[in-house]
Amino acid sequence: MSARRFRLTRMHIFSLFFLVAGLWIALRAPGSFAADAISKMSVGLGPEAPLWEAPTRAVLLVVAGLYMAGGALGLINRWPRLSFAVLLLNGVLIFPAILIAAAVGKQTNMLTMLAESLRLATPIVIGATAGIWSERSGVVNIAIEGMMLTGACFGFIAFFFLEPLMPGATNTALLLAVLVAVFSGALMSLLHAWLSITFKTDQIVSGTVINILAIGLTSFARREFLLSTRAGRVTLPSIEIPGLSQIPIVGDVLFNNKPIFYMMFVMLIVTHVVLFYTSLGLRMRSVGEHPEAADTVGINVFFTRYRSVIISGMIAGLGGAWFSLETVGGFDDLMTGGRGFIALAAMIFGKWTPFGAFGGGLLFGFADALGTRFQILNVAVPPQWLQMLPFLTTMVVLAGLIGRAIPPAADGQPYEKQ
Amino acid sequence: MEPVTAPSGAGAELRARRRISWGELGPRLVPALAVLTAVLFGGLFMVFSGTDWAAARAALAADGAGGFLRELGPGIGKAGVAYEAMVEGATGLGYIDPTSVRSQTTMVVLLRLGERAIVFLPDNLVATLVRSTPFLLAGLAVAVGFKAGLFNIGAEGQLYAGALLAVWIGFVPALANLPALLHIPLAVASGILGGAIWGGIAGFLKARTGAHEVINTIMMNHIAIRLADWLIKSREPLILLDTTASVPRTPFIAATAEYPRLGDTPLHFGILISLGAVALVWWFLYRTTLGFELRTVGANPNAAKYAGMSVTRNLVLAMAVSGGLAGLAGSGEVLGVQHNLPPGFFAGVGFDSIAIALLAKTNPIAMIPAAFLWGGLLNGAGLMQIRADISIDLVKIIQALIVMFVAADQIVRVIWRIRARRQEEEVVFSRGWGR
Repeated sequence: MSARRFRLTRMHIFSLFFLVAGLWIALRAPGSFAADAISKMSVGLGPEAPLWEAPTRAVLLVVAGLYMAGGALGLINRWPRLSFAVLLLNGVLIFPAILIAAAVGKQTNMLTMLAESLRLATPIVIGATAGIWSERSGVVNIAIEGMMLTGACFGFIAFFFLEPLMPGATNTALLLAVLVAVFSGALMSLLHAWLSITFKTDQIVSGTVINILAIGLTSFARREFLLSTRAGRVTLPSIEIPGLSQIPIVGDVLFNNKPIFYMMFVMLIVTHVVLFYTSLGLRMRSVGEHPEAADTVGINVFFTRYRSVIISGMIAGLGGAWFSLETVGGFDDLMTGGRGFIALAAMIFGKWTPFGAFGGGLLFGFADALGTRFQILNVAVPPQWLQMLPFLTTMVVLAGLIGRAIPPAADGQPYEKQ
Repeated sequence: MEPVTAPSGAGAELRARRRISWGELGPRLVPALAVLTAVLFGGLFMVFSGTDWAAARAALAADGAGGFLRELGPGIGKAGVAYEAMVEGATGLGYIDPTSVRSQTTMVVLLRLGERAIVFLPDNLVATLVRSTPFLLAGLAVAVGFKAGLFNIGAEGQLYAGALLAVWIGFVPALANLPALLHIPLAVASGILGGAIWGGIAGFLKARTGAHEVINTIMMNHIAIRLADWLIKSREPLILLDTTASVPRTPFIAATAEYPRLGDTPLHFGILISLGAVALVWWFLYRTTLGFELRTVGANPNAAKYAGMSVTRNLVLAMAVSGGLAGLAGSGEVLGVQHNLPPGFFAGVGFDSIAIALLAKTNPIAMIPAAFLWGGLLNGAGLMQIRADISIDLVKIIQALIVMFVAADQIVRVIWRIRARRQEEEVVFSRGWGR
């Protein structure tokens, strides 16, 4: 292929998008916002929290300038690294820019925003970690949604029956219920492993089976067991970590929170360490990249895959418990609402690494949190549009803002022992 | 390719003989046996839900296993009643007391057996046929995707896209005076177009950026659901809402846009359209160059590229055709049955269509019985709930089990002792994250 021929690449498309967006903001901002309009962004809780009085118009003009610069740089494409960095910054800036524009003349709390983003990112990050475990060993897991739904349902059913049995020990009952959620996720993943590893069923088809089965099972179980809902919704209690929670500004957000929220970080670190610093992780990855070679050196491919998929299901079950036991204190049909699929997108966004997936999850969490914030700020945008935001974000991300993500080489291929 | 040769040894020979006792018929029966297995497993759930477990435990302690089994009786009876009701609701064939049927219902008594009789209630069969129509088209849609190696989970979104455009063409006052001969084709075409665009976007993204269609079509489902919700509910600006209605929905379409009825029944022209679509898709896939290219890209993209076929074009084409068929299904429901569009109308149809495509092993002709089975299950579920007091959700479990047993047919082969499948019977559905 001749190097001179002009090819429209992803870079060009994104550059063009930012160039147009920058121009649009630059033209619209002076008309829409008065020169002395201010968006009050408070950082922290309470009246004495630090306050940043952002001049709306000026900030947006700076953003517009950055957008146009990034777009122009990307189109020229003389300095690829620089233009990529600027475009990435532009992508990150989309959300604060929207927030500042929305909060004009009003006050909004950036710390609450951060806390909300982290909270809403929890199931997505946990789901993405679950996906990493399975996919790094070469089994595509689109059934995270179904496993989370199962965990959410059976975890809550367990609590529903355990609570009357253990008067005065609600927290113990909740903890046991979380374990049941983890276990039920593991059972679903065992089915996935059985179908896709032993029977070599197409892994995406097998995942779809789990997803459909989970919808049927959970709504059936809900009608069977949970029709008499008791009053008072109990959720997992917050745990304050002494010392750390006293850190100014972020301490209360990060270290006075609920258990599954902490587990998100534990899972991230554990997954990262196991995957990249232990022989177990090395074996897992080798099975996911080249099962024949792994088999040759004596690694049991089937066993490794089974183990990874079951761990994946356990993590997904924990993610399910976030919905029913940590957040809502009840179970509704389809309560995971597509978060399992967004988790997959976060995993791809993070290129199958735990901390990359955390970044992706945070992005979706932020998009989610922005929706609620808009409603509080009374911005005249239909709620349905805001609900679309995380899904649109997923598509834009997948279309390759960050370049093509390369999955583990044997991901999705059943292994036939020679 | 040769059938799998029987292993040597006396025991193995015996086992091999048992395996092939079904003869050549066996492999063809696998989908039917998968359905049967799923129905039997579903029965277990009914027994579970119909049994008084406290009484069963007491009986087990008092009378041992015999007492326990006796306590299972009501549950088993309940499963029997449930399936009987399901068959009656789905096909109209029932074993009931003829005098219990309301007088205005059409009924043919086939065989009188004392108090009860085997009767045929045509209305139920007609309702199943109407119910199956969108599934037939949506199943075809997913199958076309599979043929090109694409897993289109986005039928639901494409149904909405098609239905939204069709309903708008149907009620917009500017077109109200159009003759039916123009109005109906225009509405149908716009429905196909809407679905084709919605599906084509995912195909384009896949071909150009490598973004996996499974995630993208799911995302586009969620977007379409919210978009439809907004378009239909929005008052400021008023877009598709019928402000005179007590529930949120679009206005009724003009009479000139409605599918004509077949006789004096709820059967509508859309059923003929969907049967025509089956023939057309079969012809397209197996008798045209475009269809051949599409299947080649699905079977082996590298070989297709090497042979000079454009993988990009074929992926977009496959998703557009797939989306177009789903759009046709969505517009059919609007033009033939509902005549307006409430939000949330197509909830769950997307997953159903995948199941139907898998059940039919992506074969267009086999889609007809598969869709009928699906429509029947859903249509029979209502009567099952009334007669046996079993939640409609049980049908979803049965459906999931059907897909499971069809997809992992080795399980069925082991249970029913059918020999292992030959290489050529394999149907490739999709390939991991599709590189």
